[in-house]
Amino acid sequence: MGLVDKGRLPAPLTKLFNLSRSYSLWVYQWGLACCAIEMGAAFGSPRYDVMRLGVIPLPASPRQADFVCVSGTVTDKMAPAVKRLWEQMPEPKYAISMGSCANCGGPYWDSYSVTKGVDQIIPIDVYVPGCPPRPEALLEGIVLLQQRIKNEDMAAKWRGDEFTTLQRTRAMEAGEVDREGELISDTRSISDEPMPEVAAAHPEPIVVGGGPIE
Amino acid sequence: MTLTDRQQLSYIASQAADARLNVELETEGMTLNIGPQHPATHGTLRIIARLDGEQVVWAEPVAGYMHRGYEKLTEVRTFPQVTSLINRIDWLGSFANEVPFILAAEKLMEIEAPPRAQVIRTILFELSRIANVSLFLGDLGVQMGAITPVFLAFRDREYILNLIEGATGGRFHPNFDRIGGLKDDLPKGWIQETKGAVKKLEEFCDTIDDLLFGNEIFQSRMRGIGVIPADIAKDYGLSGANARASGIDWDLRRDQDLPLSYDLADWKVWTHPDGDSWARCWIRLQETRESCKIVGQLLDQIPAGPVMTKVPRIIKVPEGEAWVATENPLGEMGYYVVSKGDLGPFRVKIRSASFNNISIVPWALKGVYVPDIITILASLYFILGDIDR
Ligand code: SF4
Repeated sequence: MGLVDKGRLPAPLTKLFNLSRSYSLWVYQWGLACCAIEMGAAFGSPRYDVMRLGVIPLPASPRQADFVCVSGTVTDKMAPAVKRLWEQMPEPKYAISMGSCANCGGPYWDSYSVTKGVDQIIPIDVYVPGCPPRPEALLEGIVLLQQRIKNEDMAAKWRGDEFTTLQRTRAMEAGEVDREGELISDTRSISDEPMPEVAAAHPEPIVVGGGPIE
Repeated sequence: MTLTDRQQLSYIASQAADARLNVELETEGMTLNIGPQHPATHGTLRIIARLDGEQVVWAEPVAGYMHRGYEKLTEVRTFPQVTSLINRIDWLGSFANEVPFILAAEKLMEIEAPPRAQVIRTILFELSRIANVSLFLGDLGVQMGAITPVFLAFRDREYILNLIEGATGGRFHPNFDRIGGLKDDLPKGWIQETKGAVKKLEEFCDTIDDLLFGNEIFQSRMRGIGVIPADIAKDYGLSGANARASGIDWDLRRDQDLPLSYDLADWKVWTHPDGDSWARCWIRLQETRESCKIVGQLLDQIPAGPVMTKVPRIIKVPEGEAWVATENPLGEMGYYVVSKGDLGPFRVKIRSASFNNISIVPWALKGVYVPDIITILASLYFILGDIDR
């Protein structure tokens, strides 16, 4: 779509695209430990049935996936592989971190061989806490991710800056950018606030069930 | 007779074609890297196989992608805290991991759980075995391209998980076993519920028996593949269903005197003389049925009484060493606990079944064809947490 890579897209089209994108998510299952079984229950079992949410859990490789679900303990030996997988995925891509281990090290917070949080390696969009989280919690995480995708500005995502419409609205209200998302130069010179792009370079992650991050 | 030019040319051409054919048939060495993230490895095991054409000449498992340092972590936890760690070793049958450690601690403290707690422990132990092995049975099909069994397994496993959750509060990691007994008594109506669920699991076993074990493709890919003779199995320290499939009649539930109530039930240890992939899977199927039987019988024999003996509020385990091993879903799992009289153990050595079970992989994979790698690995059945700890 020429419109997308030019960097501007009419709002109704954006809406349509986002809607269709959010309901055809291909997820790559990066199951590492105990949480992988709960992920399997959420994705593979008839009781939870993730496909009704428009998520397809069976891509053959990360190159076909829209988002990755990292579930389980990431060890220092495994970390390079996780990083490489993330780099193989095509943009736009998202990541869900499932379970305390992937979020922050979990029960192994003082272990010598466990990476304390996969967010040290890849940017995470949704954190699902729990040890292991119930499949329902993972499903909620996916729904929240879909909501985020629906609010996204696809053209901005294409340009590489993850500047969501929501954040643009906020920045517009604050008078930092104009309707097109261009910076209003004098506001920048007046205020000492960090530039909106910097602030919005990585959208704030969502935590299932609320609660503070860190 | 002299050859004409034409005959000479055709002779040369045919020689060249033969040579080409020979080159084509010659097989080249290749190194195949399976994993570290591959569906067939149940997680993050990496297998490096050197191939000659379609045949494996040399294979080596690379463990350690899931090493979480349990043995070191237990040294900085107190005794009651250790159970919350160690039930993540074999994550499919979590409750079974807690039992040997708790028994070892009880042995050091010279106490014993009350009879009611012992029976409930045994029931939960067997339920976690069912939860574990039923997923194995479902997963077997996936390795060979049959997707349906895994959906069935996930569906029917939920009944067991519901029960474990009902009794302990945790679907996966119950952390329910305490030194001296159990945390709580069973909830009301649980026994009746369990009887129904066990029936459902028995039906599941029958379905898998028809669907998978009666399948011709399954049989031809499993029978006679990956044969492990009994003496080799003993040399490598195989245990559990892998050893019993090679004809070794050895089950720690029966052959060992532990404060668990297996002798109250009437059940059978299955063995198989073949030692091939088929035998290993078949043994596990039969064991699931036996477990259902054990649970069904024990449910009627739960004695009345407390579920906890008197233990001090702050648990200090006296100085000493103890070794307790039980028959876990994957094989023999044991803990060697050394205590110096502190709040926490001084040193814990964990003997987990899968680590020994995959040590046979280089031997078992030698000379097999590439598609058989997957089925042999599947039938050996390991869990990554149990290998790497
Ligand atoms: S968060 Fe808990 S359940 Fe999940 S991988 Fe870590 S230890 Fe296992």
